Amino acid sequence: MTDLRDLYQEVILDHNKSPHNYREMPDATRLALGNNPLCGDKLKLYVRIEGDRIADVAFQGSGCAISKASASIMTDSVKGKSLAEAETLYGKFHDLLTGPPDVKADGAGLGKLAVFSGVREFPARVKCATLAWHTLETILKGQEAIASTE
Amino acid sequence: MSAVTKAAPEAHASAYDVERVRAEFPILSRSVYGKPLVYLDNANTTQKPRVVIDAVRRYYEEENANIHRGTHWLSEKATEAYEGGREKVARFLGATSPKEIVFTRGTTEAINLVAAGFAREYLQAGDEILITGLEHHSNIVPWQLACERTGAKLVVVPITDEGEVPVDEFEKRLTPRTKLAAVSHVSNALGTVNPVKTFIALAHARKVPVLVDGAQAAPHLPLDVVDLGCDFYAISGHKMYGPTGIGALYGTEAWLEKLPPYQGGGDMISSVTFEKTTYNVLPWKFEAGTANIAGGIGFGVAADWLSGVGLAAVAAHEHDLLVYGTRKLSAIPGLTIVGRAKEKAAVISFVLENVHPHDIGTILDREGIAIRTGHHCAQPVMDRFGLPATARASFGLYNTRAEVDALAAAVEKVREVFG
Ligand SMILES: Cc1ncc(COP(=O)(O)O)c(C=O)c1O
Repeated sequence: MTDLRDLYQEVILDHNKSPHNYREMPDATRLALGNNPLCGDKLKLYVRIEGDRIADVAFQGSGCAISKASASIMTDSVKGKSLAEAETLYGKFHDLLTGPPDVKADGAGLGKLAVFSGVREFPARVKCATLAWHTLETILKGQEAIASTE
Repeated sequence: MSAVTKAAPEAHASAYDVERVRAEFPILSRSVYGKPLVYLDNANTTQKPRVVIDAVRRYYEEENANIHRGTHWLSEKATEAYEGGREKVARFLGATSPKEIVFTRGTTEAINLVAAGFAREYLQAGDEILITGLEHHSNIVPWQLACERTGAKLVVVPITDEGEVPVDEFEKRLTPRTKLAAVSHVSNALGTVNPVKTFIALAHARKVPVLVDGAQAAPHLPLDVVDLGCDFYAISGHKMYGPTGIGALYGTEAWLEKLPPYQGGGDMISSVTFEKTTYNVLPWKFEAGTANIAGGIGFGVAADWLSGVGLAAVAAHEHDLLVYGTRKLSAIPGLTIVGRAKEKAAVISFVLENVHPHDIGTILDREGIAIRTGHHCAQPVMDRFGLPATARASFGLYNTRAEVDALAAAVEKVREVFG
C-alpha cells in the first residue's frame, strides 16, 4: 500500500472531495474543454485574463481523483500569475510527473503541486494529472476561446 | 443463450475442474506487483492456453510459408493448417460449410466488411439500419459510415434501466425501410444476453437480414448459427482464448455470394487483366493479401480446445461466478452494479460512490487484479446511465470464487483509501 499512499496523498484526497475553484465563471474571457477519452474525464476550464495576468480561474467537470485534485490545485497555483509564469510552472510540473520513477522528485519551486510526485510511479495516471494543464495550455497559447469551443 | 442462466450452476460447477483448466494457461501462474495475477478483464481479451501458444510456435518453427500460392511442400502444409483452422471455426459456429467463414482481423473488421458491402450495393437515402442501445462502437460506427455514404438512417432500439433490449421495442422499429438489423448477442459493457433468436425471427418475418455481433457470446455460451438463423455472425479469436489479429465473419453462402468484395489485392481474385478482374470464390473473395496464417491456425486450435472443454460447462461455471460475484459485490456499501438483465453473461459493471472507476482500477491493479475501467467502447451505454465510466470485472472459464473474494477484498481496500 505504500506506493498507493504516495499516489493518493491526503492533500489529493481532500481536493478530490472538496475541489477549490469549482464553479462556473460568467465573466470568463477564455474557456476550454479538456477530455480524456480513455477514462471519460471531462473538464471545463474558465479563465479571466487581465493584461498578461490570470486574474481568475475556475473549473467544472467529472473525473478521477487525480485529475480533479490536479485541476483544483492548478487553479490555486496559477491564479494571479502571469501567463509566462504559468507556462514555466507547467514545465516544472510536467518534469515532476514524467521523471524516472526510481528517482525521488524534490518538487522544488512547485509548492503544493509537489503532492503529485507519486504519480511518476503510475505511468497510466500521468494523463489524469496533466489534463487540467493541457487544457490551460490551449488557453495560454490562445488556441481556444469561448466562441470556438461552444 | 438459455444455457447461460438455466443450467443448474452448482451441479455443473462441481463437475467442472477449474484447476485443471487453469493449469493449461501459463500466464495464470505469474504474479503482478508481487501478488498472484487475478485476471478479470476477459471481455477485453482472454489469456491463451498452452495448446494455442504451441500451435502458433509450431507453425513458425516447422511449417512457415505463404499459402495458396506455393508449389512447394511447406506451402502445402501451411495451406492445410490454415484451411484446417477455418474448418474448425466453421464447426465451432455450426456453419454448414467452411465457405461461409471469412477470416478477418476480428469482429470489427467483420462488421466493417458487411457494412461497406451493404453501403455499396443495398443502401439508399431513406433506408434504415436498426441497431440497439447496447452496441459496442464497432457495431455502431461502421453503420454510421455506411449511412453517411448513402443517406440511410441509423435507428436505435433503446435499452431499459436493467440494460435489456425489450423485444417489443425492437419489433416496433422494424419498418418497410429497414434494410438490416445489427445486434450484439452479449453486451460487453453490461453482460446482457440479448434474445437474438427472437430478434432474428421477427426481422426475417419482414425479410430483414440480421448481423449478430458475437464477440462476447462465442467464448461463453453454446452456439449454432444455423439454429439462430442469423445471416451474419462476427467473432474475435482473441476473446476466445485464441491469438490477436484474427477473427471471423460467418455469412450464409447466399449473402456472401451477393456481397461485393471488401478489399482488392492478391488471393481474392481468380484472374486479373487491366480490362477485367474476376473474383475468387468464397470465402477467398473477401481475403485480400497474405493472411494472418499463424492467427488462423491458432484460432482453429482455440475453437477446438474451447469446444473440448464444453461450452455448456463453461457457461454453467461462469454463471456460478456471476451469481457469487453479484452477491459479494452487492454487499459492499456504496457499490452499485450497472446492468441487471435477467439473462446475463459473467460481466459485472459497477460504480462506487464518490470514487471514480479509474481510481478503482489503479488500486485493484496494485493488488494484482486486472479489470477494465472506462466506457468499454460503448459510450452510448454509459450515457444511457448518466455515467462517464464504470469499473468492469469480466470472467472467463479459468476464474474462481477465490478470485471473486480477492476482488471484493480489494474493492474494500479502495473504500479504505478513499475513506
Ligand atoms: C461486443 C463487442 N463487439 C465488438 C468488439 C470488437 O472486437 P475486436 O476489437 O476484436 O474487433 C468487442 C471487443 O471489445 C466487443 O466486446
